[in-house]
Amino acid sequence: MDKPIIAGIDIGSRSIELVVLQGGQRTHEAKVPTTFDPLGQCRRILEGKPVDRIVSTGYGRKLLADFLNGEVPVTTITEIQAYARGAHHLHPGVRTILDIGGQDTKVISLHETGKVAKFEMNDRCAAGTGKFLEFMAAALQIPIEDFGTFALGADRRIKISSMCTVFAESEATSLVARGERPENIALGLHLAIVQRTLSMLGRVGKEPPLLFAGGVAHNPCIRALIEEETGLAIVVPENPDMVGAVGAALYGTDMYLSGNV
Amino acid sequence: MATPHDEMWEKLNLDLEGHAGLLEVLGKFYGDIYMSQSGRLKGMEYLDFVLSEVHGLRIKELQDAKAQGKKIIGTFCVFVPEEIVLAANAVQVGLCAGAEAGTESAEKILPRNTCALIKSFVGFKLSRLCPYIESCDLVVGETTCDGKKKAYEIFEEYTPVYVMEIPQMKNACDRDLWKSEVYRFKDKIEEITGRKITAQSLKEAIQTLNARRRALQRLNTLRAAVPTPISGRDVLLINQVSFYDDPVRFTASINKLCDEIETRVKAKEGVVPEGTPRLMLSGCPMAIPNWKLPFVIESSGAVVVGEESCIGTRNIRDLVEEKGETVEELLDAVIDRYMRIDCACFTPNTERMEHIVSMAKELKAQGVIHFALNFCQPYTIEAFKVNRALDQAQIPMLSIETDYSMEDVEQLKTRVEAFVEMVKN
Repeated sequence: MDKPIIAGIDIGSRSIELVVLQGGQRTHEAKVPTTFDPLGQCRRILEGKPVDRIVSTGYGRKLLADFLNGEVPVTTITEIQAYARGAHHLHPGVRTILDIGGQDTKVISLHETGKVAKFEMNDRCAAGTGKFLEFMAAALQIPIEDFGTFALGADRRIKISSMCTVFAESEATSLVARGERPENIALGLHLAIVQRTLSMLGRVGKEPPLLFAGGVAHNPCIRALIEEETGLAIVVPENPDMVGAVGAALYGTDMYLSGNV
Repeated sequence: MATPHDEMWEKLNLDLEGHAGLLEVLGKFYGDIYMSQSGRLKGMEYLDFVLSEVHGLRIKELQDAKAQGKKIIGTFCVFVPEEIVLAANAVQVGLCAGAEAGTESAEKILPRNTCALIKSFVGFKLSRLCPYIESCDLVVGETTCDGKKKAYEIFEEYTPVYVMEIPQMKNACDRDLWKSEVYRFKDKIEEITGRKITAQSLKEAIQTLNARRRALQRLNTLRAAVPTPISGRDVLLINQVSFYDDPVRFTASINKLCDEIETRVKAKEGVVPEGTPRLMLSGCPMAIPNWKLPFVIESSGAVVVGEESCIGTRNIRDLVEEKGETVEELLDAVIDRYMRIDCACFTPNTERMEHIVSMAKELKAQGVIHFALNFCQPYTIEAFKVNRALDQAQIPMLSIETDYSMEDVEQLKTRVEAFVEMVKN
């Protein structure tokens, strides 16, 4: 096989991303919501795209491997490995990756070579992840895509101390009742996430350059707060949610190149 | 389903229905985790048998011993000097504390943010599911952590409890305290058994228990071979069973198993291929049937080659000096041996860091997974220093905090798999 076609697919809790590489060149990419039928969504996204190998990552990685068993060879790798590979390719020299996804947050520290040196993921609770923001945006009746910009319109900083989504909502509600501007509450909620992220960065290390990936990297308020709090200029890839899928596809390509298939 | 042991369990006042449910879950769990392994050693059949009868024949043996006038002493901690119990012709057993059982009843009297081990033993007692606790003439507690210490005060209302004070430091005055505690314990055991401990009975007890420790040390030396001759799950099980089984019979079985491993090592046969990543576990004890993390690790393409834990090397590393001739000399040796335990309840606890690093090197471990039960302050906090010591030795570490529930298994898998990928590359 000259130029094998490799699909990297990242099955996250909120969205599924696909990247197809042929001979190392990106020939296709797509993103769909995960829904309650992740396998059906994977089928749809792969429809009419003949591939020689799939590398799946994300929380649904094994689901796909079991499902497609026999049709196409599927290899699974963890999100940690996929993000490390993807980030190193997109921005060679990156030393730290912060990924805030739909249901988890992770910090990965890389050696210069791109090899994983250390990593940490949030515990079983989804506090401090995209889900938290989504929930709070809904509580304040702001579309999630606009939530970051909305929060940037704040005129003062208030502290929301609850990281538990349920408690944070009641804290937000009581602030509304006290007449606090919703923009300020939104900023408080963004700050709460950033604080949690900072403690994780503190434990793993925040050697620059720092790359910010995952769906939450689209949020301008979180980006600004992280830069402000770390004092570092962060790198945000063009498609921050595709980093895992890119990494998975590259991993598959590496497998072919090394003859390790 | 009726079993030959129903009558005995009923006499012990177990909740028969709940207990049958527990055994069913345990059997299934054991099947999935243990019987599914391939290339297992023949000698593990003994362990399979003991485990299948852990609430059956072994309890029957305890009842028979009681009928002959022997006393049963239950414990939760490797600090309780078994030599003294054995020297008074009593039987010491570890108690049920490794499963999510009776959580609801336990949470009626304990805060929710109590570690799983404490909740478990209280739950087992309150819901009448542990035939060991029900067979005990005395349960020996100890002051290793605040959670246990305070829980025993409540536990005492349900069963006879005796608490030993464990020193928190290792200065001369701490040894004095420990010495007086060991003597106080000896008096208590003599009182409850009605037997005087003699130099001869103590010496024999020391020899019996040293023999058990030597057999387990031998096992640990053999498993260090590449490729690994025995799974980490199996070694954990062996260590767990060592707290329940008759020491003499157990030692003979483990030595036989070791002979089999020796043959395997000579033939360079492994339970996994040679390049399989080797990981060591470190941290909180994993009581039966807490096999969650070792199973996750060994299902993620790695093999566990060591357990730095109370149900592992902490219980077998040090032997008791056997040369004393009087009760006093022998007890001094017992006291010294137990003072060497490197439990996280001590401050400082630098020996533990040294032990972890040297153990990881000896076992050729490519990484260490630190396991702490949620809310276990001594181990969760000490994980920071363990991490630093391993960092300096350039051995990667993954820190895991979890409990006995299965709800986080998928998240654990992701972390463990990522760690395995990391050490492999």
